[in-house]
Amino acid sequence: MQRRNFLKLILGATTALLLEPLNALAALWSKPAFETTKIKEATQLLEIHDEISSTDIQIIAPDRAENGAVVQVEIKSNLANTEAIYILVEKNPTPLIAHFVFSADTEPSLVTRIKMAETSDIKVVVKAGTQFFTRSKNVIVLENGCG
Amino acid sequence: MGDNMKMRAQLKGGLVEVKVLMSHPMETGRKKDDFGQLIPAHFVQLVTATLNGKTVLEAQWGTGIAKNPYLTFRLKGAKVGDIVAVTWLDNVGASATQDIAVTAA
Repeated sequence: MQRRNFLKLILGATTALLLEPLNALAALWSKPAFETTKIKEATQLLEIHDEISSTDIQIIAPDRAENGAVVQVEIKSNLANTEAIYILVEKNPTPLIAHFVFSADTEPSLVTRIKMAETSDIKVVVKAGTQFFTRSKNVIVLENGCG
Repeated sequence: MGDNMKMRAQLKGGLVEVKVLMSHPMETGRKKDDFGQLIPAHFVQLVTATLNGKTVLEAQWGTGIAKNPYLTFRLKGAKVGDIVAVTWLDNVGASATQDIAVTAA
């Protein structure tokens, strides 16, 4: 992500939105990565490479989700210099769920609620410095949440 | 805009825990209404959080974030009275901002 552009545009959001709403947003949002149906393509588009499997990433999610429409996920990175956390769900129609970028004053942890179309791994990728780390957690989905 | 977001920021054990609940349909664009018509995609794409005006968290979201998005994040070095603000922008150009002062837990 172009961090500087992101900040600039967020700050000038009101003006930008008045001028050209959809183009302004399209310039910021990683459209191809969010719209691809293949997880490998999503990570490639995000320039995630040479992922190292790591137990320093904690994923707290239910083993079985009654309803895939709302699955609460807690993620914490214990890796030094964590800059970003990516959440992907392998078997969702569009696997990339979210991309979070943290400042140095922010703990690299978050809680959010995601949709899961079917039983799948939740794959978390952490960017720490120039390296990428990953961990996955399988969630059995009893009722699909993607309609 | 105030109805679009509920926020809480509490100082707990040296960290400020911020909880945000946004009111948004998060439509994927793949769901059909009662008449068999596709409901257009309508979802939050960008979220930004600031502490006293300085950006502390930026997120890009796809359609896979659940309806009425929920987010918790934690800030280091923030104190009671500091202002935490959250802004979202969605794919149709709507946005909302909400801020709150940090309180003791």
